[in-house]
Formats: sequence, C-alpha cells, structure tokens
Amino acid sequence: MRDNLFIRYLPLLLLAILWEIAPRVHLVDPSELPPLSTVCVAWWNLLIGGDLWSNGVSSFINWSFGLGSSIIVGIALGVMMAWSTTIDDIASPLVKALYPMPKSALIPVMILWLGLGAGSKIASIGMSCLLPVILSAYNGARGVDQTLIWSARACGASQREVLWEVILPGALPEILAGIRNAVAISFIVLVASELLVGQKGLGYLISFLGEGGVYDAMFAVVITVSALGFFADRAYLYFMRRTLVWRE
Amino acid sequence: MRDGSETPGHEGMAGSGIVFGAVSHTYRPVRGRPVLALDGVSLEVKEREFVALLGPSGCGKSTLLYLLGGFLPVENGSISVGGRPVIGPGPDRGIVFQNYSLFPWKTVKQNVLYGLEKQRMPKPERERRARELIDLVHLKGFEDSYPSQLSGGMKQRVAIARTLAIEPETLLMDEPFGALDAQTRTLMHEELLAIMRRTPKTVVFVTHDVREAVYLADRVAVMTARPGRIKEIVDTRPPNGVRTDYLQSSEFAAKVDYLWNLVRDEAIRAQEEQG
Repeated sequence: MRDNLFIRYLPLLLLAILWEIAPRVHLVDPSELPPLSTVCVAWWNLLIGGDLWSNGVSSFINWSFGLGSSIIVGIALGVMMAWSTTIDDIASPLVKALYPMPKSALIPVMILWLGLGAGSKIASIGMSCLLPVILSAYNGARGVDQTLIWSARACGASQREVLWEVILPGALPEILAGIRNAVAISFIVLVASELLVGQKGLGYLISFLGEGGVYDAMFAVVITVSALGFFADRAYLYFMRRTLVWRE
Repeated sequence: MRDGSETPGHEGMAGSGIVFGAVSHTYRPVRGRPVLALDGVSLEVKEREFVALLGPSGCGKSTLLYLLGGFLPVENGSISVGGRPVIGPGPDRGIVFQNYSLFPWKTVKQNVLYGLEKQRMPKPERERRARELIDLVHLKGFEDSYPSQLSGGMKQRVAIARTLAIEPETLLMDEPFGALDAQTRTLMHEELLAIMRRTPKTVVFVTHDVREAVYLADRVAVMTARPGRIKEIVDTRPPNGVRTDYLQSSEFAAKVDYLWNLVRDEAIRAQEEQG
C-alpha cells in the first residue's frame, strides 16, 4: 500500500485540487490566493521569460558556496575538536553559545560586514549551516570505537592514517545526518537573506513580485523554492543511503 | 618510567618472548578519583607460549593487554617484547578484541587487506595473502560481505584473519570469544588451536572463562580482584601434550576445579566491591 506512489502523494493531490477550487468558488479571495492553474501559467511564463532561471542560478551559486564551505570547515573543525582537547577547550564554549542562536539573526550582521552582494549571503548560509556540521562531526568522531583505532594502529597505521582511514569514515554516518540538517537550514537562510536585500535570487524574486502585487507569479516562485528544497532533501537522502550501504 | 635495563644491540635475540616487570597502572577517569588497576604485575611469557590471563571482571587483565599492545603508556614498571621495550602499537603484536572491531564500512576482504596495505605489501601478493587467510578462517564466498551481514562467529574469524594476515609474532586476544554463544565458542576454540598449530605464535589471551583458559593455554596466570596482581600461575598443558580428548579427561576437570577455586574468591571480592 505505502509503496504505491499514487497513494503516498494522494494528500498532496487533494491539496492541489483544494487550491484550485477554493479561490474559484470564492471560499478565499483569489487576489490573495490565485487558483493553482493560474499559478502554473505564471510559473511557465517566468520560466520562458528567463527570470526563474537567472535568479535560480544566482541563488544556486550562493547556496552551494555557503553550504559547501560550511561542510568543509565544519567537518575539519568538528573532527579537530574531537581529536585535540586543546582545540576542544577553545572551541566548545563558542559552539555551545552560538548553537541556540536563531540562524537568520546573522543576516543583518553579515550585511553590515560584507555588504549587500553575494558575500553576505554566502557568509550567512555558511555560518548558519556550520554548527550542525561541526556538532555532527564532533560527536561522530568522538563516538568512533577506541578498539577500532587501536586495531588500525596495531596494523601499522600512523596517527594521520587513523584520522583519514578510521575516524572520518567512522564519523561519516553522523556527519551525513548533520549535513542533512544543514541542507534544510541552508534553504531557509538562502531565501531569508535574499528577501531582506539584494537584486538577485529566488528570494529577491519573491519579494519583488509580492511588492508589485503579482501574486500568481509570487506563488509560482514560492512553490519552486519549496520543490527545490524537497527534491534536494530526497536526492540527499538517496545519496546518503548509497554511501552508507554497509550499515545494517 | 620506561624500561632502561635492556642494553642496546639485542636485535640478535629478537624473538617474541614477553617480560612484564613490576607493571602498575593507575586508571584516571575524566571525573572521579584515580583507580589503581594493576599493582606490580611481573610475568614472563616464553616465545610461542600460549598464556591465559584469568580473573574476575575489572581485575585489570585487559589493561595489562592494552599496555602490552602499546595502546596505553607504561607508566610504572616495564614491558618488553623480544628484549625491546614496548613504546607504542606495532604490527609485531596483533590484537583481537571481544567486539570484533572490524571496519564496518569495509568488506570482509577489504578488512583483511587493511593491515597488508599498511605493511606496503605489493598488490598481487596481498591479494593472494588475503585469499589464503579468508580460506584459513573458512569464509570463502563472503569476501564481499560487510561485517553487518555476518554472524558474531564469522565477524570474529574475519578479525582473526585480519590480524594474522600481517604475521605478527605475538597475538593478543581480549576475551575474543566472550560475545559468542557456547557452541560457536567451542568451534572457535578448535579453530584457533588448529591455526596455532599451523602458524605457532606467542599468545596472551585474556578471559574470565576458566574452561576456556585451561583448554587453550599452556599456562594460566590467575589475577586477583582490583588492584590486579598475579595470584598464581598454573601449568595447564595436557599431560601427554595432545589436546584431543583433553576436554573429557580427568586431568582437565581437576585443573578447571583447581583454577575455579582460585578465581572464585576473587570473583566474589570483585562482586562485593561493585556492590
């Protein structure tokens, strides 16, 4: 039953039908929620006109640089914290203090420091995604079984080889789970940072269309961003399962 | 304090005889007070001898093994293998742990190959050697399985193969069959003895199973409850030197009985301490 794609996505289909009918029978004001078909037409026009593409590319660049840097820096920092008590003592209080901070609160600070361009957006995304990656790498590396490290050492592995060949792969399941959280956060901060200021990106397109009262097109972009987020998560999940095929 | 009594230039008598000289070890947990785990343990293991360390849980027998493996620093006393003091882990001392400690992201074959890669063995040679070892532990056909797909006994055979692959002179075993069911354990005992007949090694085998110790070892060193000391060393070789039917013999039963009485008091003491 649950394997059936049609049944699995039935609620989504019902929602789409409701969205189409509700504005048409004036259950809701069509100027506030245009029918789905109108939104689809607006989406097609945005696609043909190239607006969706050009802003999408701009967002994609910010997103990939921001997320990518947080993954690289986060893994390195998290593993180093687990590796060295000195680094742990220095970094741990900072990480713990920053963890509960609302991620979008960083955006105005980054704009102040880095200006209105891509730099502040990349930095906002990077900083926001950093903490879940650091924590997952830290916990993952610390959770690696001591006897696994000893087994490698007894086989003749050096400390450095242990780091690359035992600690990192051993921490990988946790790291990949942490990155999944980071991916979710990255979409939030991406759109939020572009909504706030800027002349490019999908978030900017949403606010531009919204302010201009072009609500069908605005909804089209909102749906696009949601769909991108959804498919990014699905694709990531697929990649994660493939990578961790050795488990269970 | 590291061992300084050995004069340099003893490579000629290398070998794999082990000497524990008055080894003490204090375990310092991150929180809580330090605990004296080992108190002046002295023991000699001759080359190609199979010695079991027998004692109640928490008596420090595994700690002694980790010190010998070079995983923990020798702070008090000295440990030497083949006349050379232990200063860190090395491929001359292979180790097998109770929890198998296989790399879960590597297949059976990749696990067995790991040590050979570390030893920089050329590829065709290490492929051949890995095949031999997988054969030796009867895991042909499981080369591409991941550890998560194997039973406990199979996992431990992979671990033994990985350790034997690099031909260590000394084999350290930390309750290797403790997590297996009784039948599997008995089969593993026979397999281990068969392997030792083919490639004799110096073995230090940690266990709290009296029968296992008597069956496998040439000598059994009984340890006291914490802090661990050597209480008595008992020769457990079968009278005629042959292990076939040893399990059924009256000599075996007598040895088990004698050792059990030695361990019993210590086990009770250990239990009381844990409260």
